[in-house]
Amino acid sequence: MYTTDQYQGMLAETVVLPGYHADLINAYFARPLGAGPFPGMVLVHHLPGWDDWYLEATRKFAAHGYAALCPNLYFREGHGTPEDVAARVRGAGGVADQQVVGDVAAALEMLKALPYVSGKVGVFGTCSGGRHAYLCACRIPGFAALVDCWGGRVVMSPEELTPKQPAAPIDFTADLSCPVLGLFGNDDRAPSPEQVNQLEETLKKLGKDYEFHRYDGAGHGFFYHNRPNYRQQQAVDGWNKLFAFLDKNLKGA
Amino acid sequence: MCTMIAQQVDIRGSGKVADGWIRVDTASVSYDHPFDMPLEYTLNLDFTSQAGEAGARVAVELDYASARKLLETIQEVMRQAQAGGFVDGQHG
Repeated sequence: MYTTDQYQGMLAETVVLPGYHADLINAYFARPLGAGPFPGMVLVHHLPGWDDWYLEATRKFAAHGYAALCPNLYFREGHGTPEDVAARVRGAGGVADQQVVGDVAAALEMLKALPYVSGKVGVFGTCSGGRHAYLCACRIPGFAALVDCWGGRVVMSPEELTPKQPAAPIDFTADLSCPVLGLFGNDDRAPSPEQVNQLEETLKKLGKDYEFHRYDGAGHGFFYHNRPNYRQQQAVDGWNKLFAFLDKNLKGA
Repeated sequence: MCTMIAQQVDIRGSGKVADGWIRVDTASVSYDHPFDMPLEYTLNLDFTSQAGEAGARVAVELDYASARKLLETIQEVMRQAQAGGFVDGQHG
C-alpha cells in the first residue's frame, strides 16, 4: 500500500530481447528504481496490439513494485502505429501460439536473469493476451502466478482450431503449476459465462489453485479506460483484487 | 483477437490515404473489436497492400446494421451494373 511519505521512482524504456527462435524483438520494460529484489511480471498484450494501454499498464505494475516487461508480440509484422500493425496481424489470422509462447518464455528468462529481480515472476494478459497468458502459464515452466483477464478462446471447439492456434489452452490445464486469478464480465461473449464456468470446472477438477471473480454490469475489456466498455467500479475492484493476488503470491517469502 | 471471425481476400483496386492513392491488393474483413468506434464489436474492413508498410491502409469500422446495409447496397449496385452491360470485359 502506497503512502505519501514513500519514495517512488521508476525507469521505463524500450529494450530488445531475443524472442522465439532468438529473433530480436522489442519490449517495453518498467521497473522500480533500487536494488530490489523486485518480483517480475510479463505482460502479454491484446489484439489491439502493443499499444498505449499496455505501455501504461506496464508502468502501473512498476509503480506497484514489479519489474514489468511487455514484449512486442507483433514485432515481426513490421512497424507503424499500433493499430495499423494490429490490423495487419488481424488480417493474417493472428500470430502463432508457438511464437507467442517462445517470446513470453524469453521475457521470463530475461527477467529471471536480472540481478534486481527476485525469482518470482507472474504473467498477465487481457483479451487475446489473457488467452495467451493462460497458454504460456501452462506451457512454460517457471511462472509463479497467472492473471487471466477475460481471455477469449481459452475454451475452443474443434472447429475453431487453426494452424496458428492448433490447440485450446484449456487442454493444457493439467500442466499449470501456479495460482490463477481470473477476472471476467458477465455480459461478455468471448469468453461467455458458460465458457468461464467450464474453465473453472476444469481447474477445480484438476485441483488447481485458482480465484475467479465475475462482474455483473461488465462485458469485455472493462479495465480499458479509453473504451466505452470501461466500468469504473468493476475496474477499480478488479485492479485491487489483482494486486492483492500478486502481492500474496509474488512478494511473500 | 477474441472472436477470430476474420477473413482475407485478394483484390485489385486503389485506396485513398492522407497523401494520395495507393494500390491495394488485399481486403481483410473481420467482426471483432474496433480501434476507434465506441462499440464492443464492429465489422472491420482493411484495404492494404501486402508489400506496403503497415500504415498504408484504408480502414473502416461499421456497426452491424450499417455493414448489412452497405452489403445490400453493394449487391444492388453490382446487379444494376451487370444488368446494364457495364461489367463484361471490364474486370480484366
